[in-house]
Amino acid sequence: MNNIQGKAWKFGDDVDTDAIIPARYLNTSDPLELAKHCMEDADTGFAGKVKAGDIMVAGKNFGCGSSREHAPIAIKAAGVACVIAPTFARIFYRNAFNTGLLILESVEAAAAIEAGHEVAINSTTGTIDDLTSGQRFKAQPIPDFMQKLLDDGGLMEHWRKRLESS
Amino acid sequence: MAQTITEKILAFHAGFDEVEPGQLIEAKVDIALANDVTAPIAIAEFEKLGVEKVFDDERVLLIPDHFTPNKDIKSAEQAKILREFAKKQGLKNYFEIGRVGIEHVLLPEQGLVLPGDLIVGADSHTCTYGALGAFATGVGSTDLAAAMATGKVWLKVPETIKVVYHGKLAPWVEGKDLILHTIGILKVDGALYQALEMTGETIDTLPMYGRMSMANMAIEAGAKNGIIAPDEITLDYVRSRAQRDYTLFASDPDAVYCKTIEIDASAIRPQVAYPPLPDKSRSVDQAAADKIEIDQVVIGSCTNGRIEDFRLAASLLKGRKAAPYMRLLIIPGTQDVYRQMIKEGLTEIFLDAEALISPPTCGPCLGGHMGVLAAGERAVATTNRNFVGRMGHPESEVYLSNPAVAAASAILGRIAAPEEVL
Ligand code: SF4
Repeated sequence: MNNIQGKAWKFGDDVDTDAIIPARYLNTSDPLELAKHCMEDADTGFAGKVKAGDIMVAGKNFGCGSSREHAPIAIKAAGVACVIAPTFARIFYRNAFNTGLLILESVEAAAAIEAGHEVAINSTTGTIDDLTSGQRFKAQPIPDFMQKLLDDGGLMEHWRKRLESS
Repeated sequence: MAQTITEKILAFHAGFDEVEPGQLIEAKVDIALANDVTAPIAIAEFEKLGVEKVFDDERVLLIPDHFTPNKDIKSAEQAKILREFAKKQGLKNYFEIGRVGIEHVLLPEQGLVLPGDLIVGADSHTCTYGALGAFATGVGSTDLAAAMATGKVWLKVPETIKVVYHGKLAPWVEGKDLILHTIGILKVDGALYQALEMTGETIDTLPMYGRMSMANMAIEAGAKNGIIAPDEITLDYVRSRAQRDYTLFASDPDAVYCKTIEIDASAIRPQVAYPPLPDKSRSVDQAAADKIEIDQVVIGSCTNGRIEDFRLAASLLKGRKAAPYMRLLIIPGTQDVYRQMIKEGLTEIFLDAEALISPPTCGPCLGGHMGVLAAGERAVATTNRNFVGRMGHPESEVYLSNPAVAAASAILGRIAAPEEVL
Protein backbone atom coordinates (compact mmCIF):
# COMPACT_ATOMS: atom_id res chain seq x y z
CA MET A 1 0.00 0.00 0.00
CA ASN A 2 2.49 2.56 -1.21
CA ASN A 3 0.06 4.99 -2.65
CA ILE A 4 -2.72 6.60 -0.80
CA GLN A 5 -5.01 9.32 -2.00
CA GLY A 6 -7.91 10.93 -0.22
CA LYS A 7 -9.50 13.97 1.29
CA ALA A 8 -7.94 15.75 4.28
CA TRP A 9 -9.84 16.09 7.57
CA LYS A 10 -8.31 18.63 9.92
CA PHE A 11 -8.05 18.53 13.71
CA GLY A 12 -6.25 20.73 16.25
CA ASP A 13 -3.45 20.22 18.76
CA ASP A 14 -3.45 17.62 21.54
CA VAL A 15 -6.24 15.45 20.16
CA ASP A 16 -6.61 12.98 23.03
CA THR A 17 -7.65 9.35 23.01
CA ASP A 18 -10.98 10.20 24.65
CA ALA A 19 -11.72 12.37 21.61
CA ILE A 20 -10.61 9.62 19.22
CA ILE A 21 -12.73 6.99 20.92
CA PRO A 22 -14.65 7.97 24.07
CA ALA A 23 -14.22 5.55 26.98
CA ARG A 24 -17.97 4.95 27.11
CA TYR A 25 -17.52 2.74 24.04
CA LEU A 26 -14.59 0.76 25.40
CA ASN A 27 -16.80 -2.03 26.67
CA THR A 28 -16.05 -3.67 23.32
CA SER A 29 -12.96 -4.14 21.19
CA ASP A 30 -14.80 -4.86 17.94
CA PRO A 31 -13.14 -2.59 15.31
CA LEU A 32 -16.38 -1.91 13.42
CA GLU A 33 -18.25 -0.96 16.61
CA LEU A 34 -15.37 1.33 17.59
CA ALA A 35 -15.21 2.88 14.11
CA LYS A 36 -18.82 4.05 14.43
CA HIS A 37 -17.82 6.39 17.27
CA CYS A 38 -14.43 7.51 15.97
CA MET A 39 -13.82 11.25 16.71
CA GLU A 40 -17.42 11.56 17.88
CA ASP A 41 -16.78 14.18 20.58
CA ALA A 42 -14.51 16.30 18.35
CA ASP A 43 -16.56 16.17 15.13
CA THR A 44 -20.01 14.63 15.47
CA GLY A 45 -20.82 12.46 12.50
CA PHE A 46 -17.18 12.09 11.42
CA ALA A 47 -17.53 8.32 11.17
CA GLY A 48 -20.40 8.70 8.71
CA LYS A 49 -18.67 11.33 6.58
CA VAL A 50 -15.14 9.97 6.27
CA LYS A 51 -14.45 7.82 3.19
CA ALA A 52 -12.08 4.91 2.88
CA GLY A 53 -8.64 6.24 1.97
CA ASP A 54 -9.13 9.67 3.55
CA ILE A 55 -6.41 11.32 5.59
CA MET A 56 -6.42 12.94 9.00
CA VAL A 57 -4.23 16.02 9.43
CA ALA A 58 -3.81 17.16 13.01
CA GLY A 59 -1.78 19.38 15.34
CA LYS A 60 0.98 18.44 17.76
CA ASN A 61 0.84 15.61 20.31
CA PHE A 62 -1.84 13.63 18.48
CA GLY A 63 -3.20 10.70 20.49
CA CYS A 64 -2.25 11.93 23.96
CA GLY A 65 -3.87 10.36 26.99
CA SER A 66 -4.72 6.74 27.43
CA SER A 67 -2.88 3.67 26.16
CA ARG A 68 -6.04 2.28 24.53
CA GLU A 69 -5.15 0.55 21.30
CA HIS A 70 -8.81 1.04 20.48
CA ALA A 71 -7.78 4.53 19.26
CA PRO A 72 -5.66 3.57 16.23
CA ILE A 73 -7.96 0.59 15.65
CA ALA A 74 -11.01 2.89 15.48
CA ILE A 75 -9.27 5.34 13.12
CA LYS A 76 -8.15 2.56 10.82
CA ALA A 77 -11.51 0.79 10.86
CA ALA A 78 -13.25 4.09 10.06
CA GLY A 79 -11.36 4.02 6.77
CA VAL A 80 -8.63 6.58 7.48
CA ALA A 81 -5.52 5.60 5.52
CA CYS A 82 -3.00 7.85 7.23
CA VAL A 83 -2.65 10.40 10.04
CA ILE A 84 -0.27 13.33 9.55
CA ALA A 85 0.80 15.41 12.56
CA PRO A 86 3.88 17.36 13.72
CA THR A 87 4.27 15.00 16.72
CA PHE A 88 2.45 12.02 18.17
CA ALA A 89 2.07 11.02 21.82
CA ARG A 90 4.45 8.14 22.44
CA ILE A 91 2.06 5.34 23.37
CA PHE A 92 -0.15 6.21 20.40
CA TYR A 93 2.94 6.20 18.15
CA ARG A 94 3.81 2.64 19.19
CA ASN A 95 0.21 1.49 19.00
CA ALA A 96 -0.21 2.85 15.48
CA PHE A 97 2.73 0.78 14.27
CA ASN A 98 1.56 -2.26 16.16
CA THR A 99 -1.93 -2.08 14.69
CA GLY A 100 -0.81 -1.17 11.17
CA LEU A 101 -2.11 2.39 11.03
CA LEU A 102 0.17 4.56 8.90
CA ILE A 103 1.24 7.75 10.67
CA LEU A 104 3.60 10.41 9.35
CA GLU A 105 5.34 13.21 11.22
CA SER A 106 5.63 16.49 9.32
CA VAL A 107 5.43 19.95 10.86
CA GLU A 108 5.07 21.61 7.45
CA ALA A 109 2.44 19.30 5.98
CA ALA A 110 0.37 19.41 9.16
CA ALA A 111 0.37 23.21 9.07
CA ALA A 112 -0.15 23.74 5.34
CA ILE A 113 -2.71 21.15 4.30
CA GLU A 114 -6.21 22.50 4.62
CA ALA A 115 -9.46 20.68 5.30
CA GLY A 116 -10.97 19.22 2.15
CA HIS A 117 -7.72 19.25 0.16
CA GLU A 118 -6.95 16.20 -1.92
CA VAL A 119 -3.77 14.60 -0.61
CA ALA A 120 -1.59 11.85 -2.08
CA ILE A 121 0.96 9.95 -0.01
CA ASN A 122 3.74 7.61 -0.97
CA SER A 123 4.31 5.64 2.21
CA THR A 124 7.57 4.14 1.00
CA THR A 125 9.28 7.46 0.36
CA GLY A 126 7.30 9.48 2.91
CA THR A 127 6.32 12.03 0.27
CA ILE A 128 3.11 13.94 0.91
CA ASP A 129 1.53 15.82 -2.01
CA ASP A 130 -1.20 18.37 -1.44
CA LEU A 131 -2.81 18.02 -4.87
CA THR A 132 -5.13 20.97 -4.26
CA SER A 133 -2.39 23.48 -3.47
CA GLY A 134 0.37 21.77 -5.44
CA GLN A 135 2.73 21.71 -2.45
CA ARG A 136 4.99 18.75 -1.71
CA PHE A 137 6.24 17.74 1.74
CA LYS A 138 8.59 15.12 3.08
CA ALA A 139 7.69 13.28 6.29
CA GLN A 140 10.24 12.40 8.98
CA PRO A 141 11.77 9.05 8.08
CA ILE A 142 10.48 6.12 10.10
CA PRO A 143 13.13 4.94 12.63
CA ASP A 144 15.13 1.96 11.30
CA PHE A 145 13.95 -0.38 14.00
CA MET A 146 10.32 0.47 13.34
CA GLN A 147 10.92 -0.08 9.62
CA LYS A 148 12.30 -3.53 10.41
CA LEU A 149 9.19 -4.34 12.45
CA LEU A 150 7.01 -3.15 9.57
CA ASP A 151 9.01 -5.24 7.10
CA ASP A 152 8.46 -8.26 9.33
CA GLY A 153 4.71 -7.58 9.21
CA GLY A 154 4.36 -5.91 12.62
CA LEU A 155 5.43 -6.68 16.16
CA MET A 156 3.56 -9.96 16.54
CA GLU A 157 4.82 -11.32 13.20
CA HIS A 158 8.32 -10.27 14.20
CA TRP A 159 8.04 -12.30 17.40
CA ARG A 160 6.38 -15.22 15.68
CA LYS A 161 9.33 -15.49 13.31
CA ARG A 162 11.84 -15.18 16.13
CA LEU A 163 10.10 -17.73 18.32
CA GLU A 164 9.78 -20.19 15.45
CA SER A 165 13.43 -19.94 14.51
CA SER A 166 14.66 -20.37 18.11
CA MET B 1 29.76 7.29 32.27
CA ALA B 2 27.41 8.94 34.75
CA GLN B 3 23.84 7.64 34.46
CA THR B 4 20.37 8.72 35.55
CA ILE B 5 18.19 6.36 37.57
CA THR B 6 16.09 5.67 34.47
CA GLU B 7 19.18 4.80 32.42
CA LYS B 8 20.49 2.54 35.17
CA ILE B 9 17.28 0.56 35.49
CA LEU B 10 17.01 0.16 31.72
CA ALA B 11 20.67 -0.89 31.39
CA PHE B 12 20.22 -3.43 34.19
CA HIS B 13 17.22 -5.02 32.48
CA ALA B 14 18.86 -5.01 29.05
CA GLY B 15 22.02 -6.66 30.37
CA PHE B 16 24.30 -3.69 29.73
CA ASP B 17 26.61 -1.73 32.00
CA GLU B 18 25.21 1.48 30.65
CA VAL B 19 22.85 2.85 28.04
CA GLU B 20 22.45 6.26 26.47
CA PRO B 21 19.41 8.27 25.35
CA GLY B 22 18.18 7.29 21.91
CA GLN B 23 19.56 3.75 22.18
CA LEU B 24 17.11 0.97 21.35
CA ILE B 25 17.14 -1.88 23.81
CA GLU B 26 15.32 -5.11 24.36
CA ALA B 27 14.72 -5.32 28.08
CA LYS B 28 13.45 -8.00 30.45
CA VAL B 29 10.22 -7.05 32.18
CA ASP B 30 9.51 -7.80 35.83
CA ILE B 31 5.78 -7.17 35.63
CA ALA B 32 3.33 -6.99 32.72
CA LEU B 33 -0.21 -5.85 33.54
CA ALA B 34 -3.49 -5.15 31.81
CA ASN B 35 -7.06 -4.26 32.77
CA ASP B 36 -10.55 -5.14 31.55
CA VAL B 37 -10.35 -2.57 28.73
CA THR B 38 -6.92 -3.45 27.38
CA ALA B 39 -6.48 -7.14 28.26
CA PRO B 40 -9.09 -8.54 25.85
CA ILE B 41 -7.12 -7.20 22.86
CA ALA B 42 -3.82 -8.30 24.43
CA ILE B 43 -5.18 -11.80 25.04
CA ALA B 44 -6.44 -12.07 21.46
CA GLU B 45 -3.00 -11.01 20.17
CA PHE B 46 -1.28 -13.38 22.59
CA GLU B 47 -3.37 -16.26 21.34
CA LYS B 48 -2.53 -15.46 17.73
CA LEU B 49 1.14 -15.84 18.58
CA GLY B 50 0.74 -19.55 19.20
CA VAL B 51 2.59 -19.48 22.53
CA GLU B 52 1.17 -21.91 25.11
CA LYS B 53 2.03 -20.21 28.39
CA VAL B 54 2.71 -16.69 29.57
CA PHE B 55 6.37 -16.05 30.41
CA ASP B 56 5.71 -16.16 34.16
CA ASP B 57 2.40 -16.86 35.88
CA GLU B 58 3.32 -14.65 38.84
CA ARG B 59 4.39 -11.67 36.77
CA VAL B 60 1.51 -11.31 34.36
CA LEU B 61 -1.17 -9.37 36.24
CA LEU B 62 -4.80 -8.96 35.19
CA ILE B 63 -6.86 -6.36 36.99
CA PRO B 64 -10.51 -5.88 35.97
CA ASP B 65 -11.05 -2.42 37.48
CA HIS B 66 -12.46 -0.11 34.81
CA PHE B 67 -16.04 -1.25 34.15
CA THR B 68 -16.40 -3.49 37.19
CA PRO B 69 -18.63 -4.46 38.90
CA ASN B 70 -19.71 -5.23 35.30
CA LYS B 71 -21.69 -2.23 34.20
CA ASP B 72 -23.46 -3.91 31.27
CA ILE B 73 -23.47 -7.07 29.20
CA LYS B 74 -20.63 -6.01 26.94
CA SER B 75 -18.33 -5.21 29.85
CA ALA B 76 -19.31 -8.48 31.50
CA GLU B 77 -18.14 -10.26 28.35
CA GLN B 78 -14.84 -8.36 28.47
CA ALA B 79 -14.26 -9.23 32.12
CA LYS B 80 -15.06 -12.86 31.36
CA ILE B 81 -12.22 -12.99 28.84
CA LEU B 82 -9.78 -12.00 31.61
CA ARG B 83 -11.21 -14.49 34.08
CA GLU B 84 -11.05 -17.41 31.66
CA PHE B 85 -7.55 -16.58 30.51
CA ALA B 86 -6.38 -16.25 34.12
CA LYS B 87 -7.88 -19.64 34.96
CA LYS B 88 -6.42 -21.34 31.92
CA GLN B 89 -2.98 -19.87 32.49
CA GLY B 90 -3.09 -20.34 36.26
CA LEU B 91 -2.24 -16.69 36.85
CA LYS B 92 -1.39 -16.05 40.50
CA ASN B 93 -2.29 -12.40 40.30
CA TYR B 94 -5.74 -12.11 38.83
CA PHE B 95 -8.03 -10.05 41.02
CA GLU B 96 -11.72 -10.92 41.15
CA ILE B 97 -14.41 -8.53 42.39
CA GLY B 98 -14.17 -8.40 46.17
CA ARG B 99 -10.39 -8.43 45.93
CA VAL B 100 -9.83 -6.04 43.07
CA GLY B 101 -9.02 -2.36 43.39
CA ILE B 102 -7.87 0.35 41.01
CA GLU B 103 -4.73 -1.20 39.53
CA HIS B 104 -2.29 1.58 40.38
CA VAL B 105 -3.46 1.78 43.97
CA LEU B 106 -3.65 -2.00 44.36
CA LEU B 107 -0.29 -3.15 43.01
CA PRO B 108 1.98 -0.95 45.16
CA GLU B 109 -0.23 -1.70 48.19
CA GLN B 110 0.13 -5.45 47.65
CA GLY B 111 3.89 -5.20 47.13
CA LEU B 112 3.62 -6.52 43.58
CA VAL B 113 5.61 -3.67 42.06
CA LEU B 114 8.92 -2.80 43.65
CA PRO B 115 11.91 -0.46 43.43
CA GLY B 116 14.22 -1.16 40.50
CA ASP B 117 11.55 -3.09 38.57
CA LEU B 118 10.88 -2.67 34.88
CA ILE B 119 7.10 -2.65 34.53
CA VAL B 120 5.00 -2.40 31.40
CA GLY B 121 1.27 -2.02 31.64
CA ALA B 122 -1.48 -1.68 29.09
CA ASP B 123 -2.67 1.41 30.88
CA SER B 124 -1.14 4.83 30.51
CA HIS B 125 -0.99 5.48 34.26
CA THR B 126 1.34 2.54 34.76
CA CYS B 127 3.90 5.33 35.26
CA THR B 128 2.57 5.59 38.86
CA TYR B 129 5.08 2.96 40.02
CA GLY B 130 7.92 5.34 39.25
CA ALA B 131 7.12 6.68 42.74
CA LEU B 132 8.78 3.54 44.11
CA GLY B 133 11.95 4.04 42.08
CA ALA B 134 10.92 1.66 39.31
CA PHE B 135 10.87 2.19 35.55
CA ALA B 136 7.21 1.87 34.67
CA THR B 137 5.57 2.83 31.41
CA GLY B 138 2.28 2.45 29.59
CA VAL B 139 2.07 0.45 26.38
CA GLY B 140 -0.71 -0.68 24.10
CA SER B 141 -2.30 -4.11 24.06
CA THR B 142 -0.11 -5.53 21.28
CA ASP B 143 3.11 -4.51 23.02
CA LEU B 144 1.71 -6.04 26.16
CA ALA B 145 0.82 -9.29 24.39
CA ALA B 146 4.43 -9.61 23.24
CA ALA B 147 5.64 -8.94 26.80
CA MET B 148 3.19 -11.50 28.23
CA ALA B 149 4.56 -14.13 25.88
CA THR B 150 8.26 -13.34 25.92
CA GLY B 151 8.91 -11.37 29.10
CA LYS B 152 10.59 -8.76 26.95
CA VAL B 153 9.87 -5.34 25.55
CA TRP B 154 11.71 -3.06 23.13
CA LEU B 155 12.26 0.45 24.35
CA LYS B 156 14.07 3.55 23.28
CA VAL B 157 16.12 4.96 26.14
CA PRO B 158 14.58 8.36 26.89
CA GLU B 159 16.35 11.59 27.70
CA THR B 160 15.54 12.79 31.20
CA ILE B 161 14.08 16.08 32.39
CA LYS B 162 14.97 16.77 36.00
CA VAL B 163 12.52 18.75 38.11
CA VAL B 164 13.91 19.99 41.42
CA TYR B 165 11.42 21.10 44.07
CA HIS B 166 12.64 23.41 46.83
CA GLY B 167 11.07 24.48 50.08
CA LYS B 168 8.39 23.38 52.46
CA LEU B 169 4.81 22.91 51.31
CA ALA B 170 2.13 25.31 52.58
CA PRO B 171 -0.95 23.86 54.33
CA TRP B 172 -3.35 21.96 52.05
CA VAL B 173 -0.73 21.60 49.32
CA GLU B 174 -0.20 18.02 48.21
CA GLY B 175 1.84 16.01 45.72
CA LYS B 176 -1.15 16.47 43.40
CA ASP B 177 -0.63 20.23 43.43
CA LEU B 178 3.08 19.91 42.72
CA ILE B 179 2.42 17.80 39.66
CA LEU B 180 -0.49 19.94 38.39
CA HIS B 181 1.74 23.00 38.75
CA THR B 182 4.57 21.18 36.93
CA ILE B 183 2.33 20.09 34.05
CA GLY B 184 1.17 23.71 33.85
CA ILE B 185 4.80 24.66 33.19
CA LEU B 186 5.69 21.77 30.90
CA LYS B 187 2.34 21.60 29.06
CA VAL B 188 0.75 18.37 27.92
CA ASP B 189 3.55 17.53 25.49
CA GLY B 190 6.45 19.11 27.37
CA ALA B 191 8.02 15.80 28.27
CA LEU B 192 7.11 13.85 25.13
CA TYR B 193 9.30 10.71 24.75
CA GLN B 194 11.24 11.77 27.88
CA ALA B 195 11.66 10.63 31.46
CA LEU B 196 10.57 12.98 34.23
CA GLU B 197 12.77 12.68 37.31
CA MET B 198 11.40 14.44 40.37
CA THR B 199 13.77 15.38 43.14
CA GLY B 200 14.77 18.05 45.67
CA GLU B 201 14.21 18.63 49.38
CA THR B 202 10.44 18.92 48.98
CA ILE B 203 10.33 15.40 47.54
CA ASP B 204 12.70 14.11 50.25
CA THR B 205 9.95 14.62 52.83
CA LEU B 206 6.95 13.92 50.61
CA PRO B 207 5.02 10.81 51.74
CA MET B 208 4.47 7.88 49.36
CA TYR B 209 0.87 8.72 48.54
CA GLY B 210 1.92 12.19 47.33
CA ARG B 211 4.79 10.72 45.34
CA MET B 212 2.34 8.32 43.69
CA SER B 213 0.02 11.19 42.72
CA MET B 214 3.02 12.85 41.11
CA ALA B 215 4.43 9.90 39.17
CA ASN B 216 0.86 9.00 38.17
CA MET B 217 0.47 12.21 36.19
CA ALA B 218 3.86 12.18 34.42
CA ILE B 219 1.99 10.88 31.36
CA GLU B 220 -0.11 14.06 31.44
CA ALA B 221 3.04 15.92 30.34
CA GLY B 222 3.59 13.25 27.67
CA ALA B 223 6.43 11.58 29.61
CA LYS B 224 7.46 7.99 29.04
CA ASN B 225 7.97 7.52 32.76
CA GLY B 226 8.02 9.57 35.94
CA ILE B 227 10.50 8.58 38.60
CA ILE B 228 11.52 9.38 42.17
CA ALA B 229 14.64 7.80 43.62
CA PRO B 230 13.91 5.38 46.47
CA ASP B 231 14.84 6.49 50.00
CA GLU B 232 13.85 5.69 53.60
CA ILE B 233 10.25 6.75 52.94
CA THR B 234 10.09 4.31 50.03
CA LEU B 235 11.66 1.53 52.04
CA ASP B 236 9.26 2.06 54.95
CA TYR B 237 6.43 1.54 52.49
CA VAL B 238 7.96 -1.39 50.64
CA ARG B 239 9.60 -3.49 53.39
CA SER B 240 6.46 -4.95 54.90
CA ARG B 241 4.83 -5.54 51.51
CA ALA B 242 7.52 -6.98 49.24
CA GLN B 243 7.33 -10.71 48.53
CA ARG B 244 10.52 -10.78 46.47
CA ASP B 245 13.89 -9.05 46.19
CA TYR B 246 14.25 -5.57 44.82
CA THR B 247 17.08 -3.26 43.86
CA LEU B 248 17.63 0.38 44.68
CA PHE B 249 18.98 2.66 41.98
CA ALA B 250 19.86 6.34 42.12
CA SER B 251 21.07 8.91 39.62
CA ASP B 252 24.77 9.75 39.64
CA PRO B 253 25.40 13.32 40.78
CA ASP B 254 26.91 14.20 37.40
CA ALA B 255 24.28 12.40 35.28
CA VAL B 256 23.27 14.23 32.11
CA TYR B 257 19.80 15.76 31.79
CA CYS B 258 18.27 17.32 28.70
CA LYS B 259 16.68 19.98 30.88
CA THR B 260 16.52 20.96 34.55
CA ILE B 261 13.59 22.85 36.00
CA GLU B 262 13.77 24.40 39.47
CA ILE B 263 10.51 25.00 41.29
CA ASP B 264 9.94 26.94 44.50
CA ALA B 265 7.39 24.57 46.02
CA SER B 266 6.84 26.77 49.07
CA ALA B 267 5.13 29.36 46.86
CA ILE B 268 2.58 26.93 45.41
CA ARG B 269 -1.07 27.11 46.43
CA PRO B 270 -3.47 24.20 45.89
CA GLN B 271 -4.04 23.91 42.15
CA VAL B 272 -7.12 23.47 39.99
CA ALA B 273 -6.74 22.31 36.38
CA TYR B 274 -9.48 23.77 34.18
CA PRO B 275 -10.99 21.79 31.34
CA PRO B 276 -10.17 20.50 28.81
CA LEU B 277 -6.47 19.78 29.53
CA PRO B 278 -4.52 18.88 32.67
CA ASP B 279 -2.01 21.67 31.92
CA LYS B 280 -4.57 24.42 32.50
CA SER B 281 -3.69 24.71 36.16
CA ARG B 282 -4.45 27.83 38.19
CA SER B 283 -4.29 28.52 41.91
CA VAL B 284 -7.38 27.57 43.88
CA ASP B 285 -7.79 31.23 44.82
CA GLN B 286 -8.20 32.11 41.17
CA ALA B 287 -10.72 29.27 40.78
CA ALA B 288 -12.62 30.42 43.89
CA ALA B 289 -12.72 33.98 42.54
CA ASP B 290 -14.10 32.64 39.27
CA LYS B 291 -17.18 31.39 41.20
CA ILE B 292 -17.45 28.07 39.39
CA GLU B 293 -20.61 26.26 40.43
CA ILE B 294 -20.48 22.48 40.38
CA ASP B 295 -22.85 19.52 40.32
CA GLN B 296 -20.61 16.68 41.38
CA VAL B 297 -17.43 15.94 43.31
CA VAL B 298 -15.47 12.73 42.84
CA ILE B 299 -12.81 11.77 45.37
CA GLY B 300 -10.87 8.67 44.35
CA SER B 301 -8.96 7.25 41.34
CA CYS B 302 -5.41 6.03 40.84
CA THR B 303 -4.20 9.59 41.48
CA ASN B 304 -5.90 10.17 44.83
CA GLY B 305 -7.63 6.99 45.99
CA ARG B 306 -5.35 6.11 48.91
CA ILE B 307 -6.21 6.20 52.61
CA GLU B 308 -4.32 9.46 53.20
CA ASP B 309 -6.41 11.11 50.49
CA PHE B 310 -9.61 10.15 52.28
CA ARG B 311 -8.25 11.28 55.65
CA LEU B 312 -7.61 14.65 54.09
CA ALA B 313 -11.12 14.87 52.65
CA ALA B 314 -12.66 13.66 55.92
CA SER B 315 -10.79 16.30 57.92
CA LEU B 316 -12.85 18.93 56.11
CA LEU B 317 -16.10 16.99 55.71
CA LYS B 318 -16.33 16.08 59.39
CA GLY B 319 -19.52 17.60 60.79
CA ARG B 320 -20.40 19.19 57.44
CA LYS B 321 -22.64 18.19 54.57
CA ALA B 322 -22.44 18.20 50.81
CA ALA B 323 -24.22 21.27 49.39
CA PRO B 324 -27.85 20.89 48.22
CA TYR B 325 -28.18 19.29 44.77
CA MET B 326 -24.53 18.28 45.06
CA ARG B 327 -23.48 14.69 44.41
CA LEU B 328 -20.44 13.73 46.43
CA LEU B 329 -18.86 10.42 45.42
CA ILE B 330 -16.22 8.73 47.51
CA ILE B 331 -14.39 5.88 45.76
CA PRO B 332 -11.80 4.01 47.82
CA GLY B 333 -8.98 2.72 45.63
CA THR B 334 -8.93 -0.81 47.05
CA GLN B 335 -10.71 -3.10 49.49
CA ASP B 336 -7.93 -2.44 52.03
CA VAL B 337 -8.43 1.31 51.70
CA TYR B 338 -12.17 0.73 52.18
CA ARG B 339 -11.60 -1.39 55.28
CA GLN B 340 -9.22 1.19 56.71
CA MET B 341 -11.78 3.93 56.06
CA ILE B 342 -14.28 1.97 58.14
CA LYS B 343 -11.79 1.31 60.94
CA GLU B 344 -10.86 4.96 61.23
CA GLY B 345 -14.45 6.15 61.18
CA LEU B 346 -14.09 7.91 57.84
CA THR B 347 -17.04 6.11 56.27
CA GLU B 348 -19.21 7.48 59.10
CA ILE B 349 -17.98 11.01 58.39
CA PHE B 350 -18.69 10.59 54.67
CA LEU B 351 -22.13 9.11 55.26
CA ASP B 352 -22.96 11.95 57.65
CA ALA B 353 -21.84 14.35 54.94
CA GLU B 354 -24.38 12.62 52.69
CA ALA B 355 -21.73 11.28 50.35
CA LEU B 356 -22.21 8.14 48.30
CA ILE B 357 -19.51 5.55 48.89
CA SER B 358 -18.75 3.39 45.87
CA PRO B 359 -16.94 0.07 45.69
CA PRO B 360 -13.37 0.35 44.41
CA THR B 361 -13.54 1.00 40.65
CA CYS B 362 -12.33 3.44 38.01
CA GLY B 363 -16.00 4.24 37.47
CA PRO B 364 -16.60 7.89 36.61
CA CYS B 365 -12.90 8.75 36.18
CA LEU B 366 -13.15 7.68 32.55
CA GLY B 367 -16.87 8.28 32.20
CA GLY B 368 -17.49 4.57 32.54
CA HIS B 369 -20.23 4.29 35.14
CA MET B 370 -21.07 5.14 38.77
CA GLY B 371 -21.38 8.89 38.27
CA VAL B 372 -21.37 9.90 34.61
CA LEU B 373 -22.12 13.58 33.86
CA ALA B 374 -25.00 15.01 31.81
CA ALA B 375 -24.64 17.83 29.25
CA GLY B 376 -23.77 21.11 30.93
CA GLU B 377 -22.78 19.54 34.24
CA ARG B 378 -19.56 20.35 36.03
CA ALA B 379 -17.48 18.24 38.36
CA VAL B 380 -14.47 18.68 40.58
CA ALA B 381 -12.51 15.45 40.62
CA THR B 382 -9.30 14.23 42.20
CA THR B 383 -8.66 12.24 39.01
CA ASN B 384 -6.00 12.97 36.40
CA ARG B 385 -7.73 13.86 33.14
CA ASN B 386 -10.23 16.55 32.23
CA PHE B 387 -10.43 16.01 28.48
CA VAL B 388 -13.66 16.77 26.63
CA GLY B 389 -16.20 14.08 27.51
CA ARG B 390 -13.86 12.35 29.96
CA MET B 391 -16.53 11.96 32.67
CA GLY B 392 -19.57 11.73 30.43
CA HIS B 393 -21.31 14.03 28.00
CA PRO B 394 -18.97 15.99 25.70
CA GLU B 395 -20.56 19.19 27.00
CA SER B 396 -19.79 18.36 30.63
CA GLU B 397 -16.68 19.68 32.37
CA VAL B 398 -14.12 18.32 34.82
CA TYR B 399 -11.86 20.40 37.07
CA LEU B 400 -8.94 18.53 38.64
CA SER B 401 -7.83 19.13 42.22
CA ASN B 402 -6.48 17.54 45.38
CA PRO B 403 -8.89 15.87 47.86
CA ALA B 404 -9.00 18.86 50.24
CA VAL B 405 -10.09 21.26 47.50
CA ALA B 406 -12.59 18.66 46.29
CA ALA B 407 -14.06 18.29 49.80
CA ALA B 408 -14.30 22.05 50.34
CA SER B 409 -15.94 22.42 46.94
CA ALA B 410 -18.49 19.71 47.76
CA ILE B 411 -19.47 21.56 50.92
CA LEU B 412 -19.87 24.94 49.24
CA GLY B 413 -21.24 23.73 45.90
CA ARG B 414 -18.62 25.70 44.00
CA ILE B 415 -14.88 25.43 43.59
CA ALA B 416 -13.47 26.52 46.93
CA ALA B 417 -10.22 26.70 48.85
CA PRO B 418 -9.98 24.46 51.93
CA GLU B 419 -9.56 27.53 54.16
CA GLU B 420 -13.03 28.72 53.18
CA VAL B 421 -14.79 25.99 55.15
CA LEU B 422 -12.68 26.12 58.29
S1 SF4 C 1 -8.68 5.56 37.93
FE1 SF4 C 1 -8.95 6.63 35.99
S2 SF4 C 1 -6.92 7.13 35.27
FE2 SF4 C 1 -6.70 5.61 36.91
S3 SF4 C 1 -6.59 3.65 35.87
FE3 SF4 C 1 -8.73 4.01 36.34
S4 SF4 C 1 -9.59 5.07 34.54
FE4 SF4 C 1 -7.37 5.16 34.39
